[in-house]
Amino acid sequence: MSETEAFAGGALAIAARVRSGELSARVVTEAALEEIAASEPLLHCFNTITAERALAAADAVDAKVLAGEDPGPLAGVPVALKDNLCTRGVPTTCSSRILEGWRPPYDATVVARLSAAGAVSVGKTNLDEFAMGSSTETSATGPTRNPWDPARVPGGSSGGSAAAVAAGLVPLALGSDTGGSIRQPAALCGVVGLKPTYGLVSRYGLVAFASSLDQIGPFALTLADAAATLQVIAGHDERDSTSLAHPVADLATELRRGVEGLRVGVVADFLSEASGSCAAAVRQAADALADAGALVKEVAIPELLHGLSAYYLIAPAEASSNLARYDGVRYGLRVDGDDVQEMNARTRSAGFGDEVKRRIMLGTYVLSAGYYDAYYAQAQRVRTVILRSFARAYEDCDVLLAPTTPSVAFPIGAKTADPLEMYLSDLFTIPTNLAGHPALSVPFALGEEGLPVGVQVLAPALGEGPMLRAGAALEAVAAPGARGPVRPQLGGPLAGVAR
Amino acid sequence: MSRYTITGETGEWEIVVGLEVHCELLTKTKLFCGCPNAFGDEPNTNVCPVCLGLPGSLPVLNRRAVEMAMAIGTALGCEIRPSSFHRKNYFYPDMPKDYQVTQYDEPLNVEGRLTLVDGTPIGIVRAHMEEDTGKTTHMGGDGRIHGADYSLVDYNRSGVPLVEIVSAPDLRSPEQARSYVSELRAILVATGASDGRMEEGSLRVDANVSVRRFGGEEFGTRCEIKNLNSLRSLVRAIEYESRRQVELLERGGSVDQETRHWNEVEGRTSSMRSKEEAYDYRYFPEPDLVPLAPPAEWIAEVVAKLGLMPAQRRERLASLLGESSEAIEEQVATVIDLGLDDLVVATIASGADSRLVMARAANEAAQQPDAARQLDPERFGELIGLEAAGTLSATQAKAVLGELLTNGGRPADIADRLGFKALASDELGAVIDAVIAANPGEWDRYVGGDDKVAQFLLGKVMRETKGRANGKLVAEALASRRG
Ligand SMILES: [Zn+2]
Repeated sequence: MSETEAFAGGALAIAARVRSGELSARVVTEAALEEIAASEPLLHCFNTITAERALAAADAVDAKVLAGEDPGPLAGVPVALKDNLCTRGVPTTCSSRILEGWRPPYDATVVARLSAAGAVSVGKTNLDEFAMGSSTETSATGPTRNPWDPARVPGGSSGGSAAAVAAGLVPLALGSDTGGSIRQPAALCGVVGLKPTYGLVSRYGLVAFASSLDQIGPFALTLADAAATLQVIAGHDERDSTSLAHPVADLATELRRGVEGLRVGVVADFLSEASGSCAAAVRQAADALADAGALVKEVAIPELLHGLSAYYLIAPAEASSNLARYDGVRYGLRVDGDDVQEMNARTRSAGFGDEVKRRIMLGTYVLSAGYYDAYYAQAQRVRTVILRSFARAYEDCDVLLAPTTPSVAFPIGAKTADPLEMYLSDLFTIPTNLAGHPALSVPFALGEEGLPVGVQVLAPALGEGPMLRAGAALEAVAAPGARGPVRPQLGGPLAGVAR
Repeated sequence: MSRYTITGETGEWEIVVGLEVHCELLTKTKLFCGCPNAFGDEPNTNVCPVCLGLPGSLPVLNRRAVEMAMAIGTALGCEIRPSSFHRKNYFYPDMPKDYQVTQYDEPLNVEGRLTLVDGTPIGIVRAHMEEDTGKTTHMGGDGRIHGADYSLVDYNRSGVPLVEIVSAPDLRSPEQARSYVSELRAILVATGASDGRMEEGSLRVDANVSVRRFGGEEFGTRCEIKNLNSLRSLVRAIEYESRRQVELLERGGSVDQETRHWNEVEGRTSSMRSKEEAYDYRYFPEPDLVPLAPPAEWIAEVVAKLGLMPAQRRERLASLLGESSEAIEEQVATVIDLGLDDLVVATIASGADSRLVMARAANEAAQQPDAARQLDPERFGELIGLEAAGTLSATQAKAVLGELLTNGGRPADIADRLGFKALASDELGAVIDAVIAANPGEWDRYVGGDDKVAQFLLGKVMRETKGRANGKLVAEALASRRG
């Protein structure tokens, strides 16, 4: 069976056919593995492909179906995991040399939950080193390419997961979002990307970048698939102290509720900062929601634009501490030295790339005696201001509408020389992380160079319901061809091969 | 108490000491994971992703550890406050995350007080929670990290819950410092949170020492002394360090604020880290944990479960024992340390002779403290009654007590089974007469008023009766024969 046939209808359709016995999980898995192998030389979505384990997991699903047992809501659905999610016995590298050779002795909670739901993990996807970046170019294993145009970046840091879904290699993938690392690549690759409320999904087993901002979420081609995945991975986990005890809403029901009477605010402050097609997509989206019965108005939340500066103090500060443990003593890379200090220094010098080093130094400085108040404490005050501004906006809005990114996918190498230019990629996604709120990016339009444009729906904490309602309404009226899967021309010249 | 001063060449100096005591909590599991909190196991066997700080692992606070920390705070008269955890960042191989999770500006317990046995109040600044590090053994060299060939790290201790108790700089002598630690140790043991074993490292003391001219108000520059593994090292290190500082100041030098290492063998302190080399710990709030604000009901529950503290227990015993002596104070300390005071109090309440109860508890029952804590006060009282009445001699009573602790039963039955019959008074009389006849010189001296000879004659009688005679009755019989 061809991969296109096997994947028809997306994750939920696959699961339904596997559950009914009409389609075997092994066939689906084999198709995915074949497609992944073929795409790898061009796109490089994966750091590790776990073919044997995947086939064994697929066979286990098929056996359950045969035995009449419930194989789970995502039975037989191939899923790709960002390579900063711990997988028992499978290399987990964070696309960094420093974790060379390390195999976690345990599965992340989300990995265990997906597996219990019948999903079949096919491998670990590429990312910016330790999720620090917006283009997947800081990966120690080389960049991932955007299936819409392999000369361009897929966004980041979850670029491998976004590109794998966009190229139709897998119907589902997990990423992590610290400042936009799910939504930005989703927008640049023309797929759905969802960042849940902080604490809704357990972080246990997610290799930390910035603990107070990190959150795991799904990539999919449809909102229904993304919601179903979130339903599986969400919910309290006693191994994560920041995990919420709140019960998870029935997201599939929310998706069908429509937007009649939903109060939508368009974040005016972001429109002027976005490119023509990105701003235009938001205006079209606002009109579409109004047509569908939502109450749409413009809101001014200028404070959100300060999020970027606060983020680049808080995230590096936490990262400088989270990444201290990579010292060569216990696991991963070790470069020997004459004493412990020299071994530490040599190991870290050789193991970390430039962007990671830049942020560790920045974070170390931010927390230093004498600078803490001026930087870290001040950034936390800005964070409070952003929370209050959002709270004010949500007094008379259920959701907010904004561009996901300032522009469409940019060429590989375009921003690597200028970190500040790269950091601006996350201008519209960062405030959500600082507030701990949920947000999603829906593929909505085609912009410059025929590249996909995403529209972002933001909601207050635990507002996944209204967020999905608005998202579903946008998905229904999105431009034809604005979302994947796209078939990059394999083996052809890199420039201009998309579509 | 008398003032402790150091007499230098230029005058009298006073020492100022503040202590930081790290206490390992007796929880079953570690502070942030489910690994056993056990001492002395095979290295690196009580570990998991969390206490090894593996990437992706997260801490979950141990509820029991918080309860023990609150019990300690309550016992020290602290206020229990809403608190939070911070990360203290520095690189060290025995610290798996290269940061320590500890409480910083919002500790759980603040502003308490410990009263020394002599009545001196010592301020407690705070008693906060934190995680222990692993243990590094440096191989080769002199056992310290510099010059070692290689190092071995055992992470069994990594993540063991600690409470750090910080005193105010209220201590003014090495003896007071000893008294403070010894009372604190008794309190920690009484709360059930600690086994108080300094030699195993479950109680670790750092001392902040400075000196100033006697009568001065301002504090001098302090040095922090580490590696104090016993009360003896604590006293010696403070004595040494304060003299060192006085000599330095009198020569016109100045004390550098630094961390110093106590060398027990050489009996001196040496510089470990100067102020310039001090770590910048870059404290910031631990984002993986939520704030710890124990609700009033939880605090009340902990307070209600807390038993009497050593000072109250000493008072309770003192009121039952009447006039005190050094020997009795020692017995009181032993009995409290081993948790036998409830037994003593209950036994005395049943009508038994208080001093005899105390002696048997502190000397004999103390040999088997676990069994003694289970002993029925009524049975113990029966035994004391038999001894007090002269039915059993002291030697016999001790033997019966041993049997009682090991196998249980009624003291009278045990005595029968062991063949302990009180000596018939005529039989005792005959033995006494024989002893007098065999030792005419001693008897004459006794009759002449030399009471010291009584002990000799009594000893002879006890030997003749193989310990079956009651010493008190023998003494009475000797006295009556003297006329
Ligand atoms: Zn553990």
